[in-house]
Amino acid sequence: MTSKSRSLFDPHIVKQALLDSIRKLNPMRQLRNPVMFIVFIGSILTTGLGMHALSTGSSESPAFIFGVSAWLWFTVVFANFAEAMAEGRGKAQADSLRSSRRDVTARKLSEPRHGAQWQTIGASQLRREDVVIVEAGDMVPTDGEVIEGVASVNESAITGESAPVIRESGGDRSSVTGGTVVLSDWLIVRVTANPGETFLDRMISLIEGAKRQKTPNEIALDILLAAMTIIFLIVCVTLMPFSVYSVAAAGQGSPVTVTVLVALLVCLIPTTIGGLLSAIGIAGMDRMIQANVIATSGRAVEAAGDVDVLLLDKTGTITLGNRQAVELIPAPGVDILALADAAQLASLADETPEGRSIVVLAKEKYALRGRNINELHATFIAFSAQTRLSGVDLEDRRVRKGATDAIENFVRESGGGLPAEVRRTVEDISKRGGTPLVVADGKRTLGTIYLKDIVKGGMKERFGELRRMGIKTIMITGDNPLTAAAIAAEAGVDDFLAQATPEAKLKLIREHQAGGRLVAMTGDGTNDAPALAQADVAVAMNSGTQAAKEAGNMVDLDSNPTKLIEVVEIGKQLLMTRGALTTFSLANDVAKYFAIIPAAFASTYPVLSRLNVMHLATPASAILSAVIFNAIIIVILIPLALRGVKYRAVGADRLLRDNLLIYGLGGLIVPFPGIKLIDLLLVSMGLT
Amino acid sequence: MTANHWIQIFLFVGVLLATVKPLGWFMSRVFQGQPCGLDRVLGPIERLFYRLAGVDPKSEMRWKSYAFAVMLFSVLGFAFVYLILRLQDRLPLNPQGFSANTPDSAFNTAVSFATNTNWQGYGGETTMSYLSQMLALSVQNFVSAATGIAVLIAVIRGFTRRSVETIGNFWVDLTRSTVYVLLPLSIVLALALVSQGVVQNFQPYQSVALVQPISMDEPVIGAGGTPSVDAEGNAITQKKVISEQQLPMGPAASQIAIKQLGTNGGGYFNVNSAHPYENPTPMSNFLQVLSILLIPGALCWTFGDMVGDRLQGWAILIAMLVIFVPLVIGVVGAEQSGVPSQIAMGVDEVASDMQSGGNMEGKELRFGIVNSGIWAAATTAASNGSVNSMHDSYTPLGGLVPMWLMQLGEVVFGGVGSGLYGMLMFAIVAVFVAGLMVGRTPEYLGKKIEAYEMKMAALVILIPPLVVLIGTAVAVSGLGLDYASGEDVKGNLNNPGAHGYSEVLYAFSSAGNNNGSAFAGLTANEPFYNSALGIAMWISRFWLMIPVLAIAGSLARKKYTPAGAGTLPTHNTLFVVLLVGAVLLVGALTFVPALALGPIVEHLQMTAM
Repeated sequence: MTSKSRSLFDPHIVKQALLDSIRKLNPMRQLRNPVMFIVFIGSILTTGLGMHALSTGSSESPAFIFGVSAWLWFTVVFANFAEAMAEGRGKAQADSLRSSRRDVTARKLSEPRHGAQWQTIGASQLRREDVVIVEAGDMVPTDGEVIEGVASVNESAITGESAPVIRESGGDRSSVTGGTVVLSDWLIVRVTANPGETFLDRMISLIEGAKRQKTPNEIALDILLAAMTIIFLIVCVTLMPFSVYSVAAAGQGSPVTVTVLVALLVCLIPTTIGGLLSAIGIAGMDRMIQANVIATSGRAVEAAGDVDVLLLDKTGTITLGNRQAVELIPAPGVDILALADAAQLASLADETPEGRSIVVLAKEKYALRGRNINELHATFIAFSAQTRLSGVDLEDRRVRKGATDAIENFVRESGGGLPAEVRRTVEDISKRGGTPLVVADGKRTLGTIYLKDIVKGGMKERFGELRRMGIKTIMITGDNPLTAAAIAAEAGVDDFLAQATPEAKLKLIREHQAGGRLVAMTGDGTNDAPALAQADVAVAMNSGTQAAKEAGNMVDLDSNPTKLIEVVEIGKQLLMTRGALTTFSLANDVAKYFAIIPAAFASTYPVLSRLNVMHLATPASAILSAVIFNAIIIVILIPLALRGVKYRAVGADRLLRDNLLIYGLGGLIVPFPGIKLIDLLLVSMGLT
Repeated sequence: MTANHWIQIFLFVGVLLATVKPLGWFMSRVFQGQPCGLDRVLGPIERLFYRLAGVDPKSEMRWKSYAFAVMLFSVLGFAFVYLILRLQDRLPLNPQGFSANTPDSAFNTAVSFATNTNWQGYGGETTMSYLSQMLALSVQNFVSAATGIAVLIAVIRGFTRRSVETIGNFWVDLTRSTVYVLLPLSIVLALALVSQGVVQNFQPYQSVALVQPISMDEPVIGAGGTPSVDAEGNAITQKKVISEQQLPMGPAASQIAIKQLGTNGGGYFNVNSAHPYENPTPMSNFLQVLSILLIPGALCWTFGDMVGDRLQGWAILIAMLVIFVPLVIGVVGAEQSGVPSQIAMGVDEVASDMQSGGNMEGKELRFGIVNSGIWAAATTAASNGSVNSMHDSYTPLGGLVPMWLMQLGEVVFGGVGSGLYGMLMFAIVAVFVAGLMVGRTPEYLGKKIEAYEMKMAALVILIPPLVVLIGTAVAVSGLGLDYASGEDVKGNLNNPGAHGYSEVLYAFSSAGNNNGSAFAGLTANEPFYNSALGIAMWISRFWLMIPVLAIAGSLARKKYTPAGAGTLPTHNTLFVVLLVGAVLLVGALTFVPALALGPIVEHLQMTAM
């Protein structure tokens, strides 16, 4: 899982894929893809015809029949190869995952508490609700929930991220995944998955495509391709009587042969997309995995491309997790340096990010050096949820910083009062989306610290991009509406939900869905689970709780909430690749007609040679060139199928125009020089 | 092509476009049950029908009941026509004393009129009594057209309705199409045609003396019923002078009006609108060719209005015109270019003030090349099938255009109702592929296009080409050639070689797409063609209607997805290009090989000389 960018043609994978593409010639496998099945039948038929021609010496040259036949077989094998390549890339990943699971033993506790008796059993014998102890150096035997203890865990086997993470009981960091390693301390874990159902198992089976089902869009496309195949089948079959009649009517030439008709049929049916279709689907899943997102089904990947509304948590997604001090505003009559000094003092022992940001601000803006805590002989007052303030007691000073009402109580107790000017500053900061902290020294109010939510860099651009994709972004926050509106405006989201409760989230999702929109969201906490379950595309953070992971249909191993944007792009890419190659495949047919029709009826109606605009050498070379082009184009397009058509957020209209020009017009033009080139090669090699 | 040609083509298209909005608006009101201006007069008639039939106009149908009603009504209509044609010798209004139709001819004609195809294996003035023309054929002209419109309206409801099961009431849609749309327009057009000299009476055929008697050599028939021969084996002939002519009569104008308006096309007389009593003047010609495209064009506007975005309707209409206008120019241009071999012999085929020039074979002098060409394209673009010139005599490319217009699936204007719903099926497929290309599950008019819709739309697009190709293949394999009648591959074909093949292909293209026009030159009133073409017409009418209604039902059940920036717009130039591309690509890919062996090879042979 660690190699994020595996080279497209890894020699090991290519070798395996070559073998697999032969193995996939099994008729039962071919039957799953109607387009390629026709080619398969055509290959068998022409091989038979070739044998027959050899043994009876028919008028049609056996070399020509075998030439066509060989390239039809290649067409089938190339399609198999594309699929095998896509699968191979997944398999390599699955293998590395599987290796992390070998020979794990577990210490099963007789009762769920630290220090209870344990016995050693194989990890595969663990069942749900069993309780195990995992100590430093042990591998977590299976998925579970921490019920006691705190430990640092290396999850790189799953996430590829080598920095250890903290796992502890209770809260949103209680889930552990089988295959990860405890680095320090110990954990008591209640098993939440039976063997074969763990996260790792699901991942492996998904990556290997063992449970791959066709997605709704794939089914619809299959129907279209099958319909086109039926039309072309009838076009080719009826050409035989048409040709027989024409020969009788013109009194010259001989009817078109079955070999030529099979060649024409294979060239016309959409083999390019038919051959690459399953590779595209597998590669889509693979791209998700490379982005470190595990989707529970291909359907979820596809749905991601359709998302209309994106719900994003403010904290950690849109803003940096922590607020930062950006400004100090002194009370009337207070020197700014005095305020800075007090603010720094009150924050020296404050290890929260906000506290540290105050010290940084005092140093950078007011040139106050950090002081040695021990020299001050100070007593530090830590923040608590009850007092909602923190600070420091020196010999003669009692410096505090905290929420407005908490400080107001503090100064009042000391015999002072909160100046009206400070109160106005506080309101003003709230309106601008910030958090005010008031600083006081005894009964004297010194001023206000402006803590600001820092919107992550580049968010505005990303939301603009989403808007161009046609996706509406909604920020979810527990803040009051004033603050929320200010941050929403700064971040450039389209809408926000302030003072959000789990119920309000769920309601918002339902409202959008009732309006026919597809909703995506990310979440990590247990209280997100209902909303995750309701959303159409729900990405759970791997760092989140088991409940959240089970409610979502994707898990982001990097626990990066902005990953949703990539997920949407991958979903769109998947559909676009299919659409582009379908268009390309059908547009190709025009040139193939120009190659084959004059060749097929040259003996009956020599005037038709005027349609041979490519001036292909002989009827045989023309037909063979078209068949070879048709086979080779599959191989040429494998990288595109695996990588996917590039998505750009430029609006549907522009995207369609560009893709129509590239794949529609391109598909119309490219085969002309392509077939001509192959024909020239065939002639130069004396093969016709 | 001369300036006159361009003026006439653009005058035609201009007048057609001018009618789109008023008629489209009117029909939109009619089908949404809103006041349309004629309610005071026609409302009582409409309600009388419901009372007589015991229909509750308020009760709605699910798609299956709707489809069942369509089928039941059409089967009964077919049976009714069949019986009248089989019994016409015993029924009144038969002044010429025509005998009953043969079973295969009656079957073919009954299917033909019930399916809005109006392929005619018979010659009107020599086989049909006035009663058959009026009660059997004209009635079907109205109701088969109304059926097509009704199905279209049901499909439009599928798009506009949200999360419901029903798509309207067939009996109501049928009645309203007939009473409010087809009848008033037909009355106006019939009167206008009578003013131009189209006959409308119940008189027996008239004998009149020829101004210039003509004489001819007639073979002498011997005792055995075979032509007598002399000692050398040459036929013995005798002189015969003809000084009298039979002029057919009948209630023609009333039938011709609905023949054009309902995209039926079944002529009152055998030569259809080339006949001077059916289409006497350039004015009557203009009115008739205009009325061919009148309702199909206006229905696009109705569609846009009913789905709440008129641009959607215009987009489809423009797509139709983008295909239609170049093909009109193509057919007129091909005919005007004339025939190289004739030009090589010194024939002057250049247009001038004194002559129309070009290839005038099979065309009426009073219409000339441009009005024949416009008609040929219009009648095959719409699934009308009436003719004012003989398409069989067109140059190969001139004949290819009408043939290909039919093979496109009769979606460029197409039949009343059926053309637009066929085009909507292409739109669904085009939107599907385009939706994939922009990375979104495709939507059309706010409805998601999923596997079920694709399956049904694919059927609609698939069936006509299959019917055409398989039918032609069976015919040229022998059954349609009648080897027994001669040494060569003529028989039913009046032309040998590639052109004979083109004739068969044209016949099946016409029947397989419910057009009904004939290339002529093919002896089709015999058991094989009567049956095969009858089956082709039936399949391509109803095997399309049923999947189309299934889509209507499925769409009505779906939720509405509002359009966003990621939604593919379906009312702009790009969509028009896409839709045109889809129609042309499917049409070309399917028929290029077949056309290559017919008209294309003929053209290459003609120009190679």
